[in-house]
Amino acid sequence: MSARGSLVLRGIRKSFAGTEVLRGIDLEVAPGEVVCLLGPSGSGKSTLLRCVNHLERVDAGFVLVDGILVGYEPRGGRLHESSEKDTARLRRRMGMVFQHFNLFTHLSALDNVMLGPVRVLGRDAADAERDARALLARVGLKDHAGKRPGRLSGGQQQRVAIARALAMDPSVLLFDEPTSALDPELVGEVLAVMRDLAGQGMTMVVVTHEIGFAQEVADTAVFMDGGVIVESGPARRVLSSPSSARTAEFLAHVL
Amino acid sequence: MVASHPDVGADGHDSLLDRLDTLTIVPRRAVVARWVPGVVLAGLAAWLVVTVARSPNLDWGVVGDYLFAEPVLRGVGVTLVLTAATMVSGLLIGGVLALMRQSRNPVAIAVGAAYVWFFRGTPLLVQLVFWFNLALLFPRLGVGLPGTGLGWTAETNHVITPFVAALCGLALHEAAYMAEIIRGGFLAVPQGQIDAALTIGMTRGRAVRRIAVPQAVQVILPPLGNQFILILKGTSMVSVIGGGDLLTRSQQIYGMNYQVIALLMVASIWYLVLVSISSVGQYFLERVVRGQAEGGLLRRVVRNAFGGRR
Repeated sequence: MSARGSLVLRGIRKSFAGTEVLRGIDLEVAPGEVVCLLGPSGSGKSTLLRCVNHLERVDAGFVLVDGILVGYEPRGGRLHESSEKDTARLRRRMGMVFQHFNLFTHLSALDNVMLGPVRVLGRDAADAERDARALLARVGLKDHAGKRPGRLSGGQQQRVAIARALAMDPSVLLFDEPTSALDPELVGEVLAVMRDLAGQGMTMVVVTHEIGFAQEVADTAVFMDGGVIVESGPARRVLSSPSSARTAEFLAHVL
Repeated sequence: MVASHPDVGADGHDSLLDRLDTLTIVPRRAVVARWVPGVVLAGLAAWLVVTVARSPNLDWGVVGDYLFAEPVLRGVGVTLVLTAATMVSGLLIGGVLALMRQSRNPVAIAVGAAYVWFFRGTPLLVQLVFWFNLALLFPRLGVGLPGTGLGWTAETNHVITPFVAALCGLALHEAAYMAEIIRGGFLAVPQGQIDAALTIGMTRGRAVRRIAVPQAVQVILPPLGNQFILILKGTSMVSVIGGGDLLTRSQQIYGMNYQVIALLMVASIWYLVLVSISSVGQYFLERVVRGQAEGGLLRRVVRNAFGGRR
């Protein structure tokens, strides 16, 4: 359970302005497992991802990544809230890919990928550049290293964002609707990169509406509605013969 | 109807369509509509320039005599020093105010907002006269421990010279505007940029320094250039308290030789030259920060301070 790449969520609760968005989420992800989070908009999927890496503070519940508690330090029989520095250090174990890419607009693709290794990990610039170029080649963008995000297509930007997340050598990758903002013909190139990562044993939690991708790549499908997990299980089983009527209704609408 | 058109013969559209490739296109020319107003405007402008330039009451010889006169040059120097000092201290104080208003501390937010409300809400002229007359409010200024008699005090009128009063008035007034410009720049950076910086393990402070600041600077720079020009000309207001700037000097000279218009001409020429130089500087600075200019020292400085590599 404490192996690199494991993720455990226990009783996660989160409210915004009196509205409870997450109402007790339990989830365990094994190293190398690919989990797809499905559900209607407003069901709390994106909020859950943001809670996992502490971009949002949880109201209750705990997150463990690689067996380490996120945001708190057990000391003398109590849980002390971690310093910002310690939380930032732990966050490196979780890469995140956003719906709107969120590439640093003032930096080239290469600088986007190098920024973390050089500025956060303190790595040598030449080494980091070599690795960053290799990562860009891996997502098929060898020839676009010098371009600013504004000169790249959405699909290219999202692949740079994946390379940026990989550059920190994370244990877990979190994807927040990575293809929802893309033109239909660009979705495939991003999904192909994600399929490769899954094949190489990366632990992934993917919020998505791409049922086909979930069927093909995910080990586990989790269906959320109204801030709770309605159903979860092997992806093929949940997506082809869901046991909950709510899941079946949702899938009928999406497919 | 179509057949009555001279270019379309009895055989209808086909013959015209066949010939279209061979015909030359003649663009429509708005000769009268463009030339008449142009000539009228040019005439009016020329008349105005000639009338002013050839006025018997404006002695260009005097303008030439005083353009590089020593007191005028000293005035130009004071104007430049006041502008630079106002810009720098306005940016520093404004930056702190912007941080206060962006913070999560309700007291800091309120103090920052109150400062902007007060110093943007009262005229610069009033503030300058106020600082000049500070002695009426506090006859002595000092720093020390209350009740112990330890410390240092001095006559307000010795500390607040016209130059100091001018600087206080300009800088504190300007800081209110700078605060709003800087705050606007940071508001223009999407939250997603900070989120992304946090997910690669940056602390909030580092995310602001490495990501938010360089992006905000691109937004802040154009209004900042505008503000620089406003300050440059705004320094002329310190002439009401004898601040020793370009306008003060010009007024002192025409107070003695009564060449009012000639010396205002001298001042105007200098202001135009200074503003023109700043406009050119602003153009290049914006290009550098946007990364459009090649190499160059400033670009390297900017990159090393905020950039991704090295």
